[in-house]
Amino acid sequence: MLTIGLAHYLTLGAILFVLGIFGIFMNRKNVIVILMSIELILLAVNINLVGFSAALDDLAGQVFALFILTVAAAEAAIGLAMVVIYFRNRGTIEVEDISALKG
Amino acid sequence: MNWTLALPEITLALCGLAILVGGVLPKRDTSFAVSIATLGALLLAAALVLVQKEGTAFGGQYIADSFSSFMKVLCLLGAAMGLVLSMDFFQKQGLSRFEFPVLLLFATVGMMVMISANDLMSLYMGLELLSLPLYVIAAIDRDNSRAAEAGLKYFVLGALASGLLLYGASLVYGFAGTTNFDRLADALSAQQGVSAGVVVGIVFIIAALSFKISAVPFHMWTPDVYEGAPTPVTAFFASAPKIAAVALLVRVLAGPFGETVAQWQQVIVLASLGSMVLGALAAIGQRNIKRLMAYSSIGHIGFALMGLAVGGESGLRGVLLYMAIYLFMNMGAFAVLISMRRDGQAVEGVDDLAGLGRTDPAMALAMAVFMFSMAGVPPLAGFFSKLYVLLPAIEKGFWVLALVGVLSSVVSAYYYLRIIKVMYFDPALPGFDARPVGLSVVLAGTGLFTTFFFLFPAPLLAAARHAVASILG
Repeated sequence: MLTIGLAHYLTLGAILFVLGIFGIFMNRKNVIVILMSIELILLAVNINLVGFSAALDDLAGQVFALFILTVAAAEAAIGLAMVVIYFRNRGTIEVEDISALKG
Repeated sequence: MNWTLALPEITLALCGLAILVGGVLPKRDTSFAVSIATLGALLLAAALVLVQKEGTAFGGQYIADSFSSFMKVLCLLGAAMGLVLSMDFFQKQGLSRFEFPVLLLFATVGMMVMISANDLMSLYMGLELLSLPLYVIAAIDRDNSRAAEAGLKYFVLGALASGLLLYGASLVYGFAGTTNFDRLADALSAQQGVSAGVVVGIVFIIAALSFKISAVPFHMWTPDVYEGAPTPVTAFFASAPKIAAVALLVRVLAGPFGETVAQWQQVIVLASLGSMVLGALAAIGQRNIKRLMAYSSIGHIGFALMGLAVGGESGLRGVLLYMAIYLFMNMGAFAVLISMRRDGQAVEGVDDLAGLGRTDPAMALAMAVFMFSMAGVPPLAGFFSKLYVLLPAIEKGFWVLALVGVLSSVVSAYYYLRIIKVMYFDPALPGFDARPVGLSVVLAGTGLFTTFFFLFPAPLLAAARHAVASILG
């Protein structure tokens, strides 16, 4: 019988975190996918924090996770607003087209 | 609990809410009144910071000491100057929205919270309170596709940096067992050898903060955002938030992670070397002066990091002095950039400065002072800022850092001097439009500070020494 311990939560957190990072850098299609990847990173952190909190028997980690959830909501709102502004100006949100500024 | 320690932040946040209501309710355009009110609130907060007592509050989440006072005053000054620079510019661009001063004010509250953070949680909350308004004001010119792109890029990379910071914070919390800086310092000094989890966490946190101060290798957003955002916003970005992030980096690395210096010193040395070299080389080919200033700011951050890498009382004092002097010369240079406006259109090419020495000798002189100062020519302030980080580096035997610092300073002198050459020796273009009073005041103030710092360095030196003593304990 397998018991789910801290190591499992940390592994899950690490996998989600890496998926999120890859989602930002490998993604060539759509900005919305980047927003989803950012959420994935934040959720990975939350899993880590809650896992540690349970293992350490210390509430600080869960309080931290609640703060992160709140901020993530605000961040997603601003991110979507930014995407809307960008779409109004350019008529596209393809990642490859976001390249007017360079040099 | 001694909540009055946080009185400057509380006052500023309440003023922000009141100003927001006052800006929304009237039917007419309130942007000018809101700007003035915000300026008043910032100055009030600065006064409160100066009379603030020292100690910790909110269950150890918040700390007020002379280091936080020093950095907060710098940030408030930076924000106030950024606001003064923006008022007239936005009006002429047809962008005068009352939201800008309010967002700037809330970003300043965020800076103050993160400077006073004494816990990974308050660090994160402060950093986000700073970042979220910054994403919005980068794209405040929302009908301009370049500003929208700058905002989007800044948002994506900034959010990624927040994610890295959080992941690092979660690892530090898990492996050290606490998020409080004082208890972290105890836990890390008691342990026989630091656990790998904590080291990975520290590296993640350093990487995230490097994003915020745009140190190499996390600098790639800087030129794009600086170019795309409206110039006063760029001026603000290049000053106050950087100072706050450097303050945070100094507090985190010298405080809770001070015992693990062997683990992070190499990282900071490499970031410093990379920033100095990139700042010197990449700016050479730039035609857009805002992009040029972006690379220049990366180079300056490299110098500030040199002081942090060297560490100790003298090294950290160098960092504080560097950021203080950088604030003034950078704001001054941006005041010139903001007054670059011909026939109602803002221009941003280096070549647009041609002949400024004849069409506007006063402004050309001020710009020459700022450029000489940034290049590190004595006796201007920029020379002393470099001196105070190079001396500790040499004394402590960081020869490579010092040598690369001097060489990159020589290389960067090329593009600073090119601006002076363009102003004084190129065929004159038609003059710029008349300069508003606010810009002249900022130009004169920063210009006088940069020129005559060498006569009165003692107060700033004493304040910086006092501030460093409070974090080294």
